[in-house]
Amino acid sequence: MSSAASVLDLPFTRRRLANGLDVIVHEDHRVPIVAVNIWYHVGSKNERPGMTGFAHLFEHLMFEGSQHHDKGYFPPLQQAGAQLNGSTNTDRTNYWEVVPTSAVDRALWMESDRMGFLLPALTPERFETQRKVVLNERRQSYENRPYGLALMAMMAGLFPFDHPYRWPTIGDVPDLEAMQFEDVREFFRAYYGPSNASLVLAGDLSTEDGFELAERYFGDLPAGQRPAPIRAAASLSEERRLVLEDRVELPRLYLAWHSPAMFAEDDAELDLVADLVANGKASRLYRTLVYEDRVALDVSASQQSRELSSVFVLAATAAPGKSLADVAARVDVALTELAASGPTDAEMERSRAQVEANFLYRLQTVGGFGGKSDQLNAYNVLRGDAGYFAQDLRRYDAATQHSVRIAAGRYLMAEGRVMLSIVPRGQANAALPGSERIPVA
Amino acid sequence: MPVDRSALPGVGPDPAFLFPRFERHHLANGLEVRVVEHGSMPIVSFALVVAGGSGSDPGGREGLTGVVADMVDEGTGDLGAIEVSEALANIGGDYDVEVGADAVVFTLTTLARFVDRGAGLFAAMTTRPSLRDTDFERVRQLRRDRLRQLKDVPSAVAERAFLRLIYNSHPYGHLAIGEERALAELTLGQVMEAHGAAFRPSNATLVVAGDLGAGELLRAAERAFGGWQPRSVANLTLAADQPVPVPSRPRLALVPREGAAQSELRIGRLAARRDTPDYPALVVMNAVVGGQFVSRINLKLREEKGYTYGARTGFDWRKGLAPFVLHASVHTAATAEAVSDALHEFDVLRGERPVTPAELELAKASLTRGYPQSFQTVPQVARAVGQLALYDLPDDYFSNFGPTIHTVTIEDVTRVARAHLDPATLTMLIVGDRQVVGAKLSNPEWPALEVVGA
Repeated sequence: MSSAASVLDLPFTRRRLANGLDVIVHEDHRVPIVAVNIWYHVGSKNERPGMTGFAHLFEHLMFEGSQHHDKGYFPPLQQAGAQLNGSTNTDRTNYWEVVPTSAVDRALWMESDRMGFLLPALTPERFETQRKVVLNERRQSYENRPYGLALMAMMAGLFPFDHPYRWPTIGDVPDLEAMQFEDVREFFRAYYGPSNASLVLAGDLSTEDGFELAERYFGDLPAGQRPAPIRAAASLSEERRLVLEDRVELPRLYLAWHSPAMFAEDDAELDLVADLVANGKASRLYRTLVYEDRVALDVSASQQSRELSSVFVLAATAAPGKSLADVAARVDVALTELAASGPTDAEMERSRAQVEANFLYRLQTVGGFGGKSDQLNAYNVLRGDAGYFAQDLRRYDAATQHSVRIAAGRYLMAEGRVMLSIVPRGQANAALPGSERIPVA
Repeated sequence: MPVDRSALPGVGPDPAFLFPRFERHHLANGLEVRVVEHGSMPIVSFALVVAGGSGSDPGGREGLTGVVADMVDEGTGDLGAIEVSEALANIGGDYDVEVGADAVVFTLTTLARFVDRGAGLFAAMTTRPSLRDTDFERVRQLRRDRLRQLKDVPSAVAERAFLRLIYNSHPYGHLAIGEERALAELTLGQVMEAHGAAFRPSNATLVVAGDLGAGELLRAAERAFGGWQPRSVANLTLAADQPVPVPSRPRLALVPREGAAQSELRIGRLAARRDTPDYPALVVMNAVVGGQFVSRINLKLREEKGYTYGARTGFDWRKGLAPFVLHASVHTAATAEAVSDALHEFDVLRGERPVTPAELELAKASLTRGYPQSFQTVPQVARAVGQLALYDLPDDYFSNFGPTIHTVTIEDVTRVARAHLDPATLTMLIVGDRQVVGAKLSNPEWPALEVVGA
């Protein structure tokens, strides 16, 4: 691994402005572009029942103009050759632009204007339009998509009604319809100040210029509040079997377990478990379910790592004529076997090669979702250590057959889990026996 | 010094952009190899472009090329499907295949120190697949099941139905996954025949890109692909060489999806070939009317009316006649209004409200200034060089893209809009709730509504 180890690094410089804004600069002069990436440490976990979907709707409003540029956010940046976007999840909201080096001033002017001066530009009309756009987004991406409501149903099965991970980031429809324009102001004040944000500049600029620019555009903005950390615990002590009828041709089984938070002990191991059981034809469940026994069309697994706690999800679609019980029985055999005997030498070797390659591939782009600037912010905001890249890789290198086996046993053999059957409409009997119907808002 | 917030900072001149230089070589067996030194990460990517694609599926065998492409990682030599997957994982390999209308593009990205293992595995998979009967049966069945699942995916239903509406029986008129009856009747013999016909050194181009010397990259390609035997067989029948389909009359069609929360919408027509001299003008026209967030149609349908999460237009470029299509998922209740607004925007660009100097400048800037971003990673560069081979574009094509776009005038945009955006020539398709939207789609200026199958 020595040839690659020298480049498996993500160097940076970090400073905190007087108003609390974290600024991180990473130099990469290969392409004449600069990535601007801002994370606000607010997501749907900061919402409460009745107000779900607000953080994401707010993200939409951030593109509608600010006091000194009181119109659409896109034109001046597209004019400058920028790619740009934003996204919201349970834990954070991010915004990014990738611009030619000569347009970095414009991008920072605009990002700082909406961080400091958003409210004067917001109107009830803009709010109403974006409410409609978000309702369209929800219908397009969830209601009108096969299996699109599965995640919502699983979370409803795993978490109590007031847990921050119970509701979907897109929000429940009645909440979206009931939202008030007046609530925008309070939300902005609570979460969108420099002291709750982290800015990364990555690419073709010097470290010195990066900090100078950050100070110039953001240094004068008032600090704002730093919201109190959210704490919430969740556990499940029994197996919950749920069924949801959907417009689908074939039944699919979802299994979900509570699992350790991002970066916590066993988080990396469960990532490896997900690969071991469902990534590629050589994975254990693909091999059994799809290749050999042909009871399923597909299988996937992931450790969905999040700030407060995580969820391990496994899904498989039944082949025509096969039942979800056929699928579930084989999944249980495979997981029990993994928890008893652990991975083989060959499996560990493969997963190490893939981890190393994936960390290396991640270093190829400076901007956008998952680029180097986004990774630095993820480490800084969610770990409190922008320099965590190398340690993150070490978590995977340090995993052993023993630790993977223990993690699989500890979490995936637990009594508590959700088994969700998504079945074609009118075929509730295709669900696992004993499943209760679950309503989804 | 406080920030001057009275005006936006200006931006500097267009960044100079030069696409990486690459070498062309021909192996003794006739395979063209393009070699690109690129990047500062120890990564290499291989891209093998095999001409043909789903457009070369013979009538009645729609989906054949897709099955052939799928069989490539199902075993080679002593390795079965599982062993191939293991071998790829052991080199951290990222393998992918894309079945396009004119070509199949295989890519493999791996760590530079595995360049020889990667090249050898990639060559064995693509040029000497086992094509075993049991694998064929499984792959075919999975694709049939997938086809069945796609009936529930409104965007997939729309893609499939729209292609059929505008191409009729032309070989471009089906998706790569094919048709149920054709898949059911496909035989392993046909798969072997199709592989033999398309997978020949003279019908393919190999791109090798990465952070190694050009000589080393070429040697890896030569060692792995040098033994690929040329075969003289009848040339493939390419879709691009088929007679141009007679443009069908414009139609307004609906695929019923009872209770659908949204209507999946397509509006478009057959427009132009990839080698049209109007290419730059069409690209600019697309950006103005629907190709970007700030396009007329997205601003109207999303930002002004709130009918949709987003509306986009685009060309699905092909070597032969390619379609220009609007894609959107709109609120069921606003379906007819969305169609009407989109048609209006197409209409007025033809002269009533031609592109303005500011719009033209914005479109050009957004197309050209951000261009270098598309070529950051090794696989991006390898695929890009593969596209040059596929469409017979010159080696300096990407470097000249910006200057060429800047030659487009307002008159050019109006001219190509007149040629391609006349609402009376456009076909419209809705996948949605017939009860709710059907009646509202009756409009004296539109074709009569036809209900079509999925």
